[in-house]
Amino acid sequence: MKKPISRRFKALLIGLSFCATLIILGSFTGSFAQEKIVRIDGSSTVYPITEAVAEEFQKFKKGSVRVTVGISGTGGGFKKFCRGETDISNASRPIVKKEIEACKQAGVEYIELPVAYDGMAVVVNPKNNWVSYMTVAQLKMIWEPEAQGKIKRWNQVNPNWPNYPLNLYGAGVDSGTFDYFTEAIVGKARASRGDYTASEDDNVLVQGVAGDPYALGYFGYAYYAENKDKLKIVPIDNGKGPVAPSEKTIMDGTYQPLSRPIFIYVNKKSAERPEVREFVEFYLRNASRLVKQVKYIPLPEKAYKLAEERFAKRKTGTVFGGEPKTGIKVEDLLRLEERK
Amino acid sequence: MVKEMDEREEIKRIIAQNRLRDKIFWILGLLFTVVGFVVLFVLLLDLFMDGLPRLKWSFFVSYPSRFPEKAGILSAWVGTALLMVVTALVAIPLGIAAGIYLEEYGRKNFITHLIEINMSNLAGVPSIIYGLLALGLFVYFFRFGESILTGGLTLGLLILPYVVIATRESIRSIPNSIREASYALGSTKWQTIRHHVLPYSLGGILTGIIIGLSRAIGETAPIITVGALTFIAFLPSSPISTSFPFLSFKWLFDPFTAMPVQMFNWISRPQKEFHLNAAACGIVLLIMTLLMNGLAIYLRYRFRKRIRW
Repeated sequence: MKKPISRRFKALLIGLSFCATLIILGSFTGSFAQEKIVRIDGSSTVYPITEAVAEEFQKFKKGSVRVTVGISGTGGGFKKFCRGETDISNASRPIVKKEIEACKQAGVEYIELPVAYDGMAVVVNPKNNWVSYMTVAQLKMIWEPEAQGKIKRWNQVNPNWPNYPLNLYGAGVDSGTFDYFTEAIVGKARASRGDYTASEDDNVLVQGVAGDPYALGYFGYAYYAENKDKLKIVPIDNGKGPVAPSEKTIMDGTYQPLSRPIFIYVNKKSAERPEVREFVEFYLRNASRLVKQVKYIPLPEKAYKLAEERFAKRKTGTVFGGEPKTGIKVEDLLRLEERK
Repeated sequence: MVKEMDEREEIKRIIAQNRLRDKIFWILGLLFTVVGFVVLFVLLLDLFMDGLPRLKWSFFVSYPSRFPEKAGILSAWVGTALLMVVTALVAIPLGIAAGIYLEEYGRKNFITHLIEINMSNLAGVPSIIYGLLALGLFVYFFRFGESILTGGLTLGLLILPYVVIATRESIRSIPNSIREASYALGSTKWQTIRHHVLPYSLGGILTGIIIGLSRAIGETAPIITVGALTFIAFLPSSPISTSFPFLSFKWLFDPFTAMPVQMFNWISRPQKEFHLNAAACGIVLLIMTLLMNGLAIYLRYRFRKRIRW
């Protein structure tokens, strides 16, 4: 009885040590193999565009270059980027001071390239027949932190509006949309009232506003564009008359302040690798076609040309100086691009 | 006489009252059970109605794409399957060994008591905490990178408490007389465990393992934290190579994505068509979990059948 046990045990031991050897051998051979890979991470807002480019690029290179894209969020993406773990970072806002510092300390230089426009839509339920447009001041009155618990009815915002409850739906605090909306409307990033229905998933907000006749909400323009039948858009008056978001108004910069450019940041050292360089060039060359396909709003052709030049000259640094900025028009962006 | 009548009436009344209460509770119980079932049924129905039309062969063999109708889950299901292999290889031996030690060898003192309390608490720790721990430990300290190995180790750690607890519970349920009989025949402790304790408790241990793996397969937060990707249009390198040593473990260090990550990405997209993909992905995940459970039930049945006390 004893013999088979020890024999089996021995076999097990031999098997285990064999496996261990193989693992060690395998991992060694693994670390030697060189592979062409472009690592990208960052914002989930920019993700659909980069995904489209990555898909096309891999097809274009017939699989000889591998591209991976993650969605850690703009902040999470920059953390990895500034540690040198990724070659390109997707960002739905310009890099901020803290991240600039982190990159500097790690010796990571970056090239900032705008790739598209993203708009934000303010919407109400289709049954809402009293709102035809809203001013930035009215939106500020509703969303600023001081409004918490006080502004609860429509007629408090405008006495001509009916005395109905005002139910708010907005982005969750972990999303770039929240950062941008508060910066653009309240005037201070991340300053917002807290008593509203918040979700990181814009689809939840769409459902909320679509089912509540007293609702007011904001989220990414693409989510409005996909659900036009269920929502009513609110044109925004920024002092020059009410403007509703559309591909045209976002692109020519008349829809303000709720449209923003979105970016990719390229590690300068990575850009020396031919696969990364080719990928970025491919990105800028095909952006305007692919951006439209994934329902975002492309920059004017001229901006892509300027971005290509910027990349060709390997111009590093940010044109935004690490401060959150809102209401950036294409013209301003181009001027900033040219001045650098 | 009148008094007796009164008493009997009183007793009858109490009995009737209790019967009524019994009935009310029965109805309430039934109602709640039905609510649970109906909700589950509606959810499943909704999932299947959305997802079934997308479940074609091409869905399983395509990579993610910007066109919802062309997008597939090849990299996701391969990633999830490999993750589960690593997770199982980590959690099962460690968990069972720890369970055996704590139950059979370890002396019952303050420290084992402390470990026991810790184990039960660890089972309830939010999964993101494991993700953060793994990010520091496996990604930065051990430098395993954002790889399948890291993901598998993280999930293995996550389900370790389940395996340990299940192992201990089922070892404890074996009557001591079995052990004593084994010792009486002159076996050592290890022989007793190897030939009696372990085989008899395997059913319970398997249940614990499957509960653990079923939890692991649906986890999103910890694997995103350790660097699971979303768009990845290639597979990990093959475990079989043409040159010596013919087995390659390079796949352990390859980047990966997983089913829940893909689902999460699709469900948060604006286009309806992507939501259908997410539903289809959910169905596949559900079937994977059911298959795992089925395997466990089958194995448990086989082991139980062999045991004759």
